[in-house]
Formats: sequence, C-alpha cells, structure tokens
Amino acid sequence: MTDSHTSKQLEARTKSTAVKSGAVAGFPIFLGYLPIAVAYGVLATQSGLSTYETTLMSVLVFAGAAQFMAANMFAQGAMFLQIVIATFVLNFRHFVMSMSFMNRVHSLPLRWKFGLSLGLTDETFAVSSLHADEVKKENSTYFYLSLILVAYFSWVSGSFLGAILGEALPPTLSESMGIALYAMFIGLLIPSVKKEWRIGLIALTAMVLNFYFIEVIELAQGWAIVLATILGSLLGIPLLKEEKS
Amino acid sequence: MIIATIIGMAIVTMIPRFIPAFIMDKIQFRPWVNQWLNAIPFAALGALIFPGIMTVIPERPLIGLAGGAVAVVIALFNVNVIFAVLGAILTVFLITM
Repeated sequence: MTDSHTSKQLEARTKSTAVKSGAVAGFPIFLGYLPIAVAYGVLATQSGLSTYETTLMSVLVFAGAAQFMAANMFAQGAMFLQIVIATFVLNFRHFVMSMSFMNRVHSLPLRWKFGLSLGLTDETFAVSSLHADEVKKENSTYFYLSLILVAYFSWVSGSFLGAILGEALPPTLSESMGIALYAMFIGLLIPSVKKEWRIGLIALTAMVLNFYFIEVIELAQGWAIVLATILGSLLGIPLLKEEKS
Repeated sequence: MIIATIIGMAIVTMIPRFIPAFIMDKIQFRPWVNQWLNAIPFAALGALIFPGIMTVIPERPLIGLAGGAVAVVIALFNVNVIFAVLGAILTVFLITM
C-alpha cells in the first residue's frame, strides 16, 4: 500500500496496529464530537429538519460550525443560495488547513490524499498535523483513515441521536458540553507550546488577530479565522526556522 | 429544497478540502513556505480557541474562559486530551448549575 515510499526508510508496522493507533489518536475527537453532534441534532430538528435530513447533512457536510449555522438559517427561513454561500465562507478555512496537511503528507499516494482530504475538519486537521510523524511509518494511510473515521462515526451517530432524542436532554448539560471542542483545542495546543514557546507566540498572535477581525472590523467568523490563521502562521517563517530540514 | 441545500453545502465544503490534495503535489516549495505551512496548525488552533470560547454560554463570556483555564491547567500536566475536555465540561457544568 505504501508504494511511493521507495526512497525512504519506513518504520515497520502492520495495518491493524496502524488502525489501532489511529483510533486511539482520534478518540478525544470522538468524545468531543458526540455531545456537540447531539446538540446539533436537537437544534436541527427544532429548526424543522427531519431526522433523515439532519443526519444526511452530517453524512455529506461533516462540518460542525457550518451545520449549526445552517440549522439556524433554516429556522429563520433562509434560502438555498444564502445558506450555501455562508457555508462556503465559513468552511473556506479548511482550504488553508488542507494545504498545510497535504504539504506534510507529501509522500502519500494521490488517491489517499484525495480521500483523506474529504475528512478534514478543524479537529481531524489538528490531530493529524500533530501526528505528522506517522507519515514516516508503514501503513500511515490507515492511521489517518482510522482517525478520521472514528471522528466521522461520532459526528454522524451523535447527530442521529440528537435528532431522535429531541429535547429529552437537560439544557444545562448540553450547554456545558459546548466547551468540549475548545477544551480539546487547548489540550492539543499546550503540549506543543510546552516544548517550544515560539509556537505559543504564533497561536497567541492568531488569537489576537482573530479577536480584532471579529470584534473591531466585524468580519464574518469564517473569514476572520482564515485571515488570522494565514497571518498568524506567517510568524512561523522567522520563528520556526530550525524545526524542519 | 432542504436536500438541495444540503447537497450544495456538501459541494462547497468538499471542494476547498480536496483541491490542495492535487495542487500541493505539483509544487516544490521554498523552505520559507514550508515553515509557514508548518505553523498553520498552531495558528489555526489559536484562532479556533479565541474569542470563540467566550460564546460557550453566550451572555456570560467568563464561564467559557474559566472552562478554558481549567483545560490549560490540566493540559500542562501532560495527560491525555480527554482529561482536559472532561475537566472543562465539569467546570462549566458546575458554574452554570
């Protein structure tokens, strides 16, 4: 399966070990997604979507923030074009993330990169990027695939659960779960910052820029994140010089 | 109409995701571009955390920040991400109870 690796020394690893470690790496996303997905399912059905439509959106779109926004817009009676354009604006950040990820997994076969790219979300991008070394191991495609599928399964099944459970969930509980993904981002970032303070500086700059774009310039959230990510990461050019050969 | 909208959403989400799979293959970058691309995960994490974390409980931004602070402290101990997630959920739950 690892056809394009001829020139590299690969660390030996079986397919099932790769699948297992991918699932372990993806498990925090599984936990983070589940409550958010349930909350999305509840909200979407309240907005007038059927259980089928609510679940189908998770199957086909697989992008949390955009789906919450779409459910809200459906509830307000928004039309096709408005929702699709808003989705594009909000999800364009995945283009930037995908560029970064594809650059790290350069050596993978194209059909794998294409397939994996469809599963890129904020969370799967962050976790796979922090496991970029996996690409040097054998069966790394199975590592990334399993990581993404664990996240995908959690998102889709959680949405379905939320749609059929409806309002049975206590609101204080579902509200407190809203912190889960943010906590996960923090939990992913801190170990890298502990290793290299410059990484913290890059993240902090992106935070300040994002705050500025949203609160002062009042940019749409999607564009604000794209711009803050691109500009903030430019700091990596002077700061991360020695990180890669 | 809802199904058409969902399919439209899927298409505009998929295209930006997969285009880099094709274009990044063709290009050999200068080192500074690679340094820039390698910094993107960290910048993205920063932008995704803040100021969004203040909207967890929309009218009470400090609650999100408190949950985030607990996640930071737990993460400093080099434990699995799951504990940071659970600690933050518990914090927000206890404050809003």
